[in-house]
Amino acid sequence: MKRLISYDLPANAWIAALVAAIVLILAVLPLTTPSIRSVNMAAKIIVFIPLAASFILLIGYTGIVSFAHTVFFGIGGYGLALGLLNSDASVSGMLTGLMLGVALSAVFGLIIALLSLRIRAIYFAMVTLVAALVTSQLASRLTWLTGGQDGVSFDIPDALSPGVRYWTVPFSDVPVTGKVLLYYALFAIAALSFLAMLRIVNSPFGRVLQAIRENEFRASALGYPTTWYKAVSSILAAVFATIAGGLYAAWLGYVGPGSTLSLNVLTDILLIIVIGGSGSLYGAILGAVVIIVSENYLQSLIELLIPVSIAKSPAGTLLSGDRWLLWLGVLYVVAIYLVPEGIVGMTRSGGRPGDRRAIPGPNHSR
Amino acid sequence: MRRTFAIADVLPIALVVAVCVCALAFISAPIWLNLTIAGVSVGLMIFLMASGLTLIFGLMDVLNFAHAGLITLAGYVTASVYAAMPGWVSSNDLSTNVLIVLAAAAASMLVAGALGYVIERIIVRPVYGNHLKQILATTGVLIIIQQLAIAIWGADLLHVSQPTELKKAVTFGTFFVENYRLLICAVGLAQFVAMIWALERSHLGLLIRAAVEDRESVESMGYEVKYLFVGVFAAGSAMAGLGGALWAIYQEVIFPEAGLQVMIMVFSVIIIGGLGSVLGCFVASILLGLIMNYVGFLVPSAVVACGFLLLLFVLVWRPHGFYPVVRR
Repeated sequence: MKRLISYDLPANAWIAALVAAIVLILAVLPLTTPSIRSVNMAAKIIVFIPLAASFILLIGYTGIVSFAHTVFFGIGGYGLALGLLNSDASVSGMLTGLMLGVALSAVFGLIIALLSLRIRAIYFAMVTLVAALVTSQLASRLTWLTGGQDGVSFDIPDALSPGVRYWTVPFSDVPVTGKVLLYYALFAIAALSFLAMLRIVNSPFGRVLQAIRENEFRASALGYPTTWYKAVSSILAAVFATIAGGLYAAWLGYVGPGSTLSLNVLTDILLIIVIGGSGSLYGAILGAVVIIVSENYLQSLIELLIPVSIAKSPAGTLLSGDRWLLWLGVLYVVAIYLVPEGIVGMTRSGGRPGDRRAIPGPNHSR
Repeated sequence: MRRTFAIADVLPIALVVAVCVCALAFISAPIWLNLTIAGVSVGLMIFLMASGLTLIFGLMDVLNFAHAGLITLAGYVTASVYAAMPGWVSSNDLSTNVLIVLAAAAASMLVAGALGYVIERIIVRPVYGNHLKQILATTGVLIIIQQLAIAIWGADLLHVSQPTELKKAVTFGTFFVENYRLLICAVGLAQFVAMIWALERSHLGLLIRAAVEDRESVESMGYEVKYLFVGVFAAGSAMAGLGGALWAIYQEVIFPEAGLQVMIMVFSVIIIGGLGSVLGCFVASILLGLIMNYVGFLVPSAVVACGFLLLLFVLVWRPHGFYPVVRR
C-alpha cells in the first residue's frame, strides 16, 4: 500500500484521512445514488485531479509557470472526439485518437519547454497565456476541424453508453449502466495517472526538479543537465493534461472551446492549486473537491443563507447566489496571502524546512 | 538624456517600414494607402491600451494581469456615461460628439485609476519582487472585476455606438479616413509624447527612474518612494481606462470578456517591444496594427494567429524584445 503511493503520505494524519475519505466517496458514489447531478460532479472532480496534479508537477515542483495547460487539455478532448467520429465510435478509434493527441501534446510540450529556456520566466508566463487565448480563438474558428464555437458532439462506444444496462445494485436499486462503467474507467485511469505522477515526483528525477525550482544555477553546477530535466517535466505535464482532457470529453460526449480551452478552465486549475496547495500533489485532490463542489453548490448555499429580500435590493445584488464566482475569487485572493500553501500546507508541520514555500517565488526578486 | 543610437535601435523601425513595403507588393496602391492609415490607427489604439501595463512593469517590475479587467471596466463606464447623456451621441454637432467621447474617457480614467490605487495598496504591495504571486493574485483580481462588472451591468452585450459625426470619413480622392480614427491617432500620439516627456525630461520622471535604480538613496533625500509608486500604478491603470473607453467605442460594443480578447494584442506588443519600454511598445503596436490590417485584407481567417506568430518570430530573433529596458 505504501509502495503504491511511493512512500509519500500527506504530511498530516488529518489530511491523509481526508484524502482517503474523498477517494472512498468517489469510488462508491455512482453505486449509491441515482442523482445524475452528483455523479457528473464526481466525474468532473475525477478529471480535474490529474489535470491539476500535472499543473502542480510543472509549477510546484519544477517552478515553470505555464498558462498553456488548457491547450493540452483541449488537444486531449479533441483528439478523442475526432478519433471516435472517424471510427464509428469504436474503442480502438477512441484510443488511437487519444494517443495521437498525447503525441501532439508531447511535441507542443517540448516546443514550449525549449521556448522557456530562451526567454525569462515572466515573458514565458505571458507568452503561454497568449498561446492559450489564441488556441481558444483558433478552435472556435477552424470550423472544419473543431466544429467551431459549437464544438463536436460524438457517440461513445456502445459498451460505455448510458443505454446499456448491466446489473442493478442490490441495496440502493441503482442500475449499473454503461455510463457507470465509463465512470469507473475514468476513475481507474485518473488514479493511475495520479499514482504515476506521485511516483515521478518522489523519484530521484523529481528531486532534481525540486532542486531546479529552488536554485537552477546550483542544480546545474551539481552536474545535472537542467535543460533536459525541464524539458522532460514539461512533456510529462503535457501528457497527463492531455489524458485528462480525453477523459473529460469521453464523459461529456462532447468537446468544445468552452469546456476545454476557455479561460474558465484555466481559472478552475488556478483556483484548485491555490486553494488546495501546490506544495504537494495531494493539494490537487483537496482543491478539486473544494472548487468543483463549490461551483455546484455555492450558489444554492448563498441563496439559502441570504434572504431573497436582501438579494433583490440594489445594494444586495453582490450577495445574491448568482455572484458565487465573485466570492470564490475573493476567497482565492485571500488564500494567496493568508494560506500560501493551501489546505495541504496549512497543517503540514515538521519535517523539511525547505518545504515551507509551497508556491515558489522565482529567485530573481530584487 | 542623450542616447547614442546603435544600428540595433533602428532595426525595429526598419522592420515596420519593410512590412509596409512588402505589403505594397501584394495590394494595389490606393487600397494599400487606406489599409496603412487604418493600420496605424489600430496600432495607436493598441498602444493606448498597452502603454499603462508596460509602464507599470518597466518602473515597478509588477505584472498586472488585472489590466484586462480594467479595460473591460472602462468599456462599461463608457456605456454608463452614454446612458447618462443620450442626446450627445446622436447629435450632429462635432464638438458635442467629441465631448461625449472625452467625457467617457475621463470617467473611465478616473474609475480605473482609483481602482488601480486600491489594487496597489491591497494586492500588489505585499508581493513586490515575487512575480508568481503577482500573477496569481492579479488573476484573482481579474476574476473579481469581471464578476463585479457582470453584477452591475449584466452579462449581456451592451452597445456603445460611435457618435454620428465621428463615424463620417474625410476623403481625399480615393483615400479616406474616419474621423474617429483621426481622434484615436491624435490621442495616441499625444499620450506617447507625454509619456516620453514625463519619464525622460520632467523632475518627477527623474525621481521615479532614480527610485527604480536605487530606492533607498531616493528615500534618504526625503522623498516618499511608496507614494511615487502608487502614483505610477494609478497612472498606468488610468491609461488602461483611457484605452479601454476608446476601444469600446471603436468596437461599438462591450461585454465581460472584451478585455481578455484584447489581451492577446496587448501582451504581444509589450513583449515584442521589450517589457517596460514605452518606445518599444509604441513601435510594436504600430507594427502589429499594420500587419493585422494587411493580413486581414489578404487572408481574413489568419488574423487571430498573426499576432502570436509575430510574437514568436520576434522572440526567436530578440528574446528580450525590441528595446530591452533593465535586465533584472
